[in-house]
Amino acid sequence: MELLGHLLLGLQTAATPANLFYCFVGVFLGTAIGVLPGLGPTATIAMLLPVTFVLPPVTALIMLAGIYYGSQYGGSTTSILVNLPGEAASVVTTLDGYQMAKQGRAGAALAASAIGSFFAGTVATFLIAGFGPPLAAVALKFGPAEFFSLMVLGLVASVVLAQGSLLHAIGMVVLGLLLGLIGTDVNSGTQRFTFGIYELADGIGFVTVAMGMFGLGEIIRNLENEEERSVMVTKITGLWPTREDFKRMVAPILRGTIIGSALGILPGSGSILGSFAAYSIEKKVSKNRAQFGKGAIEGVAAPESANNAGAQTSFIPLLTLGIPSNPVSALMVGAMIIHGIQPGPSVINEQPSLFWGMIVSMWIGNLFLVVLNYPLIGMWVRMIMIPYQLLYPGILVFCAIGVFSLKNAEADIYFMALFGVLGYVFSKLGCEPAPMLLAFILGPLMEEYLRRAMLLSRGDPTVFLRRPISATLLALAVLAMCTVLIPAFSKTREEAFVESST
Amino acid sequence: MIRSTKDFWTGLIYLFFGVSAILIARDYSMGTGGKMGPAYFPSILGGLLVVIGAISVIRSFIAHGAPIGTFAFKGLALVSVSVLMFGIVVRGAGLAVALPLLVIISALASSRFRWRPTLIMAAGLTIFCVLVFIKGLGIPLPIIGPWFGG
Repeated sequence: MELLGHLLLGLQTAATPANLFYCFVGVFLGTAIGVLPGLGPTATIAMLLPVTFVLPPVTALIMLAGIYYGSQYGGSTTSILVNLPGEAASVVTTLDGYQMAKQGRAGAALAASAIGSFFAGTVATFLIAGFGPPLAAVALKFGPAEFFSLMVLGLVASVVLAQGSLLHAIGMVVLGLLLGLIGTDVNSGTQRFTFGIYELADGIGFVTVAMGMFGLGEIIRNLENEEERSVMVTKITGLWPTREDFKRMVAPILRGTIIGSALGILPGSGSILGSFAAYSIEKKVSKNRAQFGKGAIEGVAAPESANNAGAQTSFIPLLTLGIPSNPVSALMVGAMIIHGIQPGPSVINEQPSLFWGMIVSMWIGNLFLVVLNYPLIGMWVRMIMIPYQLLYPGILVFCAIGVFSLKNAEADIYFMALFGVLGYVFSKLGCEPAPMLLAFILGPLMEEYLRRAMLLSRGDPTVFLRRPISATLLALAVLAMCTVLIPAFSKTREEAFVESST
Repeated sequence: MIRSTKDFWTGLIYLFFGVSAILIARDYSMGTGGKMGPAYFPSILGGLLVVIGAISVIRSFIAHGAPIGTFAFKGLALVSVSVLMFGIVVRGAGLAVALPLLVIISALASSRFRWRPTLIMAAGLTIFCVLVFIKGLGIPLPIIGPWFGG
């Protein structure tokens, strides 16, 4: 009953005309930008983040969440229609989705994706509502040592799940932590690594880093080989799946939701692993497994449900522990801090309307997605067809103005360009930027918790091992690291990424 | 003999950042374990980065790795220069000059560059951004800057 009361409170917050409107705007803009080539959710959110700064905190976060799942859904649309995934999590959707589009069943594939996402989103909303409060209650007992260890676990998880070399993923994390320390040290007031540059006194904004590495870096990468985008279908008919389709969708959606929700909660994972796992499991258990890769609707429904479920449940560690689990939730943490909300277990008690309002708005946002999909699909198709050579200068314009508007400082534009170059170079060297962004945001927090824990223990580092919860978290981190070194797992890890990158 | 160029260069980058962090942090106070100064955490991280960089460089001589592949120098240069240029001129020349400049310079990076659509695009974006960002959201940027008597 308490749960219902909470959801009612959330509904009251989320259903105000202003919040509904911005939720809608977020979903709409997110989908619109998500269908554009070469713009994943991280870049989309970074680009639109400055717009939300003028809004009150609850509304801003509702809109940001809307942008997130909107852009994810937009990515699925391009996967199905043009065989180009907007982001890593929708890569597997291309396998069967694009085949379906080729057979003239794009409508059914899009519907499978929308219905699966909506169902998964609904389940995940209840999961957050159910698991959030108890988890936050546990986290309230956390001291600085526990939080430090938790962050170590989160960063290790992001390293384990990163593509490519383990060593370089660790290197990127450490580099990210280090770059995050640029600016004024809160304890002593010392300006660190600022080189006397006035604009660096507050540190480099995470939006600047995200836009540079994910926005600019991606554009430069796309310029390496400009491929023609051909839309399979210009007119989409039969948007409603047949009765037969529905029957085949039910089980994959259920399985996808469970897998995606479970994997989404893990720190560091996000939705990539979920969609891949759901697809490969479906491929093994489905009656129609022979059709996989040739346009099986199960192959769209399962990963799309898992993808969305994971995207939603990744908010659980974010909202209850204040620990972001992927670049997108890292951006949300940054946004919350800018709005004066310290993400963590106290949010749920101190700002219940914010917490529950956001959760209910996620469900409403998913509803908007389904509703938007139907009348606007023609418009999305037209947006997909915008040639890239005209599109990317426009993206640069929005990034440049957006990053300037953060502090009205040209310096941020220069930093963004710098991180764009850095992002491109690192991606050429096979180092993923995602763990770095995560570490960049966590850097100052981690130092703070380390300091406090060590102060309380009078400089005794064994405090992290003597406190049971902290020791457990660190043990989990070590365990996670070991799994990569075990040949069997590292082989599946590689295969997972190989299959998803073809 | 370098067998993995990726490992080699990444290692060098890590070494560079790690060593710089340690050297720069020497100017700050170290403090003690119980009362960490501003140099403490960065020095630990710098040390870690040096170790990781060293392993990576050593590994590059032992294990084979995939080559780096083609480097999009033209795209890299034009995209970063166009953005830097925008930052440099936007206050002086105004958005109506800086924005088309950004669009045109960056568009040159594409192999499919054509003047006509690019100019139309630049004009449309300029009008849109002036209306939305300057008139609508009130971002303090001039439309025509002081360099042109604005």
